[in-house]
Formats: sequence, C-alpha cells, structure tokens
Amino acid sequence: MDVAVSIRNAVKRYGATTALAGVSLDITNNAFFTLLGPSGCGKTTLLRMIAGFEAASEGEILLFGQNIVDLEPHLRPVNTVFQNYALFPHMSVIDNVAFGLRMKGVEIAARRAKAGRMLELVHLSALADRLPSQLSGGQQQRVALARALAPEPKVLLLDEPLSALDLKLRQAMRVELKQLQEETGITFLFVTHDQDEALAMSDRIAVMSQGLVQQVGTARDIYEVPVNRFVAEFIGETNLIDVEVTRVSDGMADLVLPSGQRLRCSSAATATGRHALSIRPERVTVTPDGQLTATVERVVYMGSDLRLLTRLEGGREFTVRIQNAARTAVPEPGARIGLKLEEGAARLLAD
Amino acid sequence: MAGLPRDEAGTAASYASLARPLLLPTWLIIGVFLLLPVLLMVVYSFLTKEFRGGVEWTFTLAAYEQFFVTRGLFGDEPPSIEWTYIIIFWRSIWQAALATLLCLVIGFPTAWFIATRPPQSRGIWLFLITIPYWVNLLIRTVSLRFILRDNGPLNDALIVTGLIDAPLPILNSDVAVQIGLFYSYLPFMVLPIYAAVERFEFALSEAAADLYANRWQVMLHVVLPAVRPGILAGTILVFIPALGAFLAPDLLGGAKAFMIGSLIDEQFRGSQGNWPFGAAISVILMTLVLIALFIQARAASRGAS
Ligand SMILES: Nc1ncnc2c1ncn2[C@@H]1O[C@H](COP(=O)(O)OP(=O)(O)OP(=O)(O)O)[C@@H](O)[C@H]1O
Ligand SMILES: [Mg+2]
Repeated sequence: MDVAVSIRNAVKRYGATTALAGVSLDITNNAFFTLLGPSGCGKTTLLRMIAGFEAASEGEILLFGQNIVDLEPHLRPVNTVFQNYALFPHMSVIDNVAFGLRMKGVEIAARRAKAGRMLELVHLSALADRLPSQLSGGQQQRVALARALAPEPKVLLLDEPLSALDLKLRQAMRVELKQLQEETGITFLFVTHDQDEALAMSDRIAVMSQGLVQQVGTARDIYEVPVNRFVAEFIGETNLIDVEVTRVSDGMADLVLPSGQRLRCSSAATATGRHALSIRPERVTVTPDGQLTATVERVVYMGSDLRLLTRLEGGREFTVRIQNAARTAVPEPGARIGLKLEEGAARLLAD
Repeated sequence: MAGLPRDEAGTAASYASLARPLLLPTWLIIGVFLLLPVLLMVVYSFLTKEFRGGVEWTFTLAAYEQFFVTRGLFGDEPPSIEWTYIIIFWRSIWQAALATLLCLVIGFPTAWFIATRPPQSRGIWLFLITIPYWVNLLIRTVSLRFILRDNGPLNDALIVTGLIDAPLPILNSDVAVQIGLFYSYLPFMVLPIYAAVERFEFALSEAAADLYANRWQVMLHVVLPAVRPGILAGTILVFIPALGAFLAPDLLGGAKAFMIGSLIDEQFRGSQGNWPFGAAISVILMTLVLIALFIQARAASRGAS
C-alpha cells in the first residue's frame, strides 16, 4: 500500500490564531480519503497547504515520498476542485477543462480530445461550448471536477465541492464522485463538514477539530468505536452517560451503570474512574427487562423511524430511536420504560 | 384605482410619457454643450477666413484645401499634396501612442500594486496618486520645465551621482514632451485599471496556478482577459487627450515638437489666426478619434462575446 500524501506534524499559524496545531496523516494511494470536521477546524487550511497556496509554519508534506513544501503550486502534481468552483469566466466549458493540459504543453488536438472525454465522464458533452455563466450550479460543479481531473493529477483535492448543491443533487453526486474515484484510480482528498457525505463516500475518514486530527479510520470505525467525546458527538447522534469504571484491560472495560447494573464494553479509556459512556440511539431496544429505566417525555415522528426523548432515573436526557414498523408498540409520553443495550452498543470514551 | 394602468404595456407606456419631460435637462445639456459646439465647428470649417481673425459667411473649401493641398510657396505651381500638416498629425499620433504605452507600462503595475494592498490602505494610495492633480495643469507643466532644464534638479542629481558628466538636453525635445504627456495623463490609466483589478477574483489565479500555469501564464491567460476592459478604457482616456494636448508640446517641446493641439491653438490666437483652418483641423482630428473609438468598440465587443 503506497502512501500518496504524508503529512508530518503540520502547523499553520495566522498571527495569534493557530489554524493547524500539528497534524500528521498518511493517505494511501488510490483511496477516497475525507477530512471531516466542523467549520473553522482547519480543513481548508490543510488542503491549501497541500496545493501550495499556504506555506506551512512547521512540518513536512510528502507527496509519494518527496517533500513538496518548497514547491510552487504550479509545480505540484495535484489539482483542486474549489469550493466556489473558480471557473474561468471568459473561457468556454471545454477550454476550461483543457486549461491544465494546455499549460502542460499538450498540443491542441490531443487536449481537446481529452477534455471531450472528461466532459463525457461528467455527462456534460452537450454543453462544451457554453460559458460558465450559462450553467447551473450543479453543472458548474461538474465542469470544475472535469477540469481538475483532465491533467490526471496524482492527488485530487476537493474542498466541499457539493455544499452549494441542493439535497437531491448532492446525494446523486456522492455516488458519482465515488464511482469516478474508483474508475480513475486517482487519490481523492475530500473535505466536508457534512458527516453523511463523509460516511457515504469515504474509504477512510480523518475527524478534525480545533486544528488537530481526533481520529482516523473507516466510516464504521469512527461511528462505532469513537475514541473521544468529540468524535462520538460529532458523528451521528449519541447519548453520553457518566459511569464508574472499575477495570480496564485489552480495550475492554468493566463499569457500573447509574442504575447499579454492571456492564462490559469496548473502551478507548485506559484508566479506571469516571468516564463518559456513548450509546447510539438506534442500538437500544424498549423492553421491560432493560439495564436502564427511563420516563418518556416526548415522541417525535420522523417518518421512517420514531425518536423517543426520555429522561433517565438520574435525570439525564436519553434519546432512543425505534423503527416505525407496523408492529411497533409506541410508548405514550409519561410512560416508564426499560431500555436494553444491544450487544456492542456501548463504547467507553477516553475523556 | 381608475388612474392605474391595467397591464404591463400600459405601465411601460405611462412611464415612457413621464420620461420625456424628465429627460429634457439631459437633452438640453447634450444639445447646448455637445452638439451645438461641434456643429458650430463644422460650419466654421466651411467658411471664409476674415482678415483679423473671425469668419466671413461665405461657403468655401479653402480650409480643407490648405490642409491637404499645396501650390508652392507663391501659389503658382501645380497642386500637390501638402505634407506639413499630415506630418504634424502623424507625429501627434505617434507621440500620443507612445505616451499611452508608457502610461500603460507604468500604470498597470501601479494599479496592480494599489489593488493588491489591504483594503484599508488602498484609499490612501489612490489619494496619493491624485494629489498632484489638484494643481492646475499649466502650473505643473511649467514646473516640469524647471525640473528638466539643463541646470535643473534632474540634471544636477544625475551629475552629482556621477551617471553623466554634462547636462542632458532633455528640455525642448520629444523626450520632454513624452515625460509631460505621461505625467499629465497617468491617473487616467491607473484608475480604470485599478477598478478592474480590484474586481478581479484572485481565486481564479489560484485555480490557474493549480492547473500548472506559471506566473506569466496566469497573467496572460486569466488576469489580462479579466482586466481588459479597464486597460481599454485607460488607453482611450490617455490616448485621446494626449492626441489633442497642447500644453506639454508647447511648453516642453519647443518648436521642433509641434503637435496638433498647438497647431489648432495657434489658429485661434490673435490676428495671425485662421478660424476656418483651425476648425477644419479640429474636424479632421475628431474624425480620426471617432474612427479610433469605433475600432476600439469593435474590439471590446469581440472580446466580450
Ligand atoms: N488568512 C487567514 N488569516 C487568519 N486566520 C485564518 C486565515 N485563514 C483561515 N484562518 C483561521 O484558521 C482557522 C481554520 O480555517 P479553515 O478555513 O481551514 O477552516 P475550515 O475547516 O475549512 O472551515 P469551513 O468548514 O468553515 O470551511 C479558522 O479559525 C480561521 O479563522
Ligand atoms: Mg473550508
């Protein structure tokens, strides 16, 4: 497994603010890798450092083993799909797509043919002679994609390319982007703050917060075995309850629930004492013989499922998601219910 | 509700009827200050010269003939082409074009520099550019005479620094006229280009660099097409007044650097003047300018489509 991009302890400061506080990442070749994090966590900064538009304050960026921090942007074999597309307004769609090849000195017939194939790939052949201003947002987004793919970069950087699209188009483009990545075999480094997007497309995800990488793993990893409170809360929905840990060993922990019941679960924590336990709302069933007891406060109808907003005996809020199936017995508000944790539903967090 | 128009056509019509009286001041200004003077000039160019300046109301083509045709010093030779004025025109066009180019070469980087400063300090830079223009052009041109003359500060400085041994005879040369024209019209180049660069989306130059364009290619393929309207506007704003300028050639160029502006100026001075001839030269100059503008407009619309 080749490493396409290797970031070693990258730091970026803007005066007093620290945008990146020491990021290290290895991005495997031919992978769809996603940087996921809330607004302002430094995703764009990291991407721009790889593209060469920002100089790193500290650290190294290796591209297939070569340190590129001193290379000018136009000498780096990476291309970017910009958040606002940045299409050249005075050039037709096909000229936009052919621009990179033209700068690389590819002669006109060859570059037009290649650009034509790229437009086919993004289903825009019919609009080749239009100007960017004559396209819809979704079409512009595809042109930006084709333009960045045409010179066959070693790594494609995508900065929230779907954020300007409406929900339906965004969902369709997720599938297309993933297909495109598999077809071309180019390493995609995708930036988003939308966790659904990240989970749906990525081979691997790095969750970032406050200029640091919190966790790197597959979608399943970061959803099911989050390492800390931030990741557990940022990815999907979760319930956090305080528990007393009595023993930890080999990534497993023995703990005492507030109800007094004992539980054994996977653990990111390495010490005993008080810790937060994360329980996903959909991994809990309503039965009389549960480990937890709660009072239903509200029932929210969500279409495919129902959300029960409950309060645990200790006073903590706890959300349960149950399927909206015909046989589901829906508890009334005010009812006391038992909650049973499914096998592997709970995860003990490190902080 | 009775007075309100029922449909859109009605609305448009009622606005149109309102527009006519409101446009009256505009038409008055255009008529009195633009059309009337031009018309007067065209009419005068076809009248007969009165002995001590002024005109006689008799139609003649004499002024245009004087411009294009010569019959020798005493008027007894067969008619041939009069080159004197054509050469003055040619010199003027050449001088104005050179000054425009100079303004562009210096003005573009200046405008670029200002437009890429932090927004707070741009105003100050623009202010500095315009400060000299608060002083009357005549006074500034006369001051240039003092700066450029043989024992003026420029030559003194060059001698002190050891770059030259004897003063350069800059004053009363084409170089001095160039300096004067450049100095007079530089802001007219800087300001429109500045406005265009300021509107430029710098994300586009990043996108170009990302697609393997080096600095020059970014400039050529992305920046220049975007700021082209500003460059065209600046070129016109400098070239046209430079073509008709008479202060710089008069005060800095001496007899050798005669330009159209001075020629026209001379025709309306005192009793040696020739009003119809001055008017005819103006008409010819205006025709040339209109042709230049037409070509520019064609170029601009081709660039836009
Ligand atoms: N040019 C700059 N000058 C000063 N601070 C900056 C600059 N660019 C970014 N920052 C700061 O660096 C931090 C990271 O910014 P960045 O643009 O990388 O965030 P992001 O993760 O891409 O957020 P978003 O999802 O909103 O795009 C922010 O706190 C931001 O304010
Ligand atoms: Mg960003």
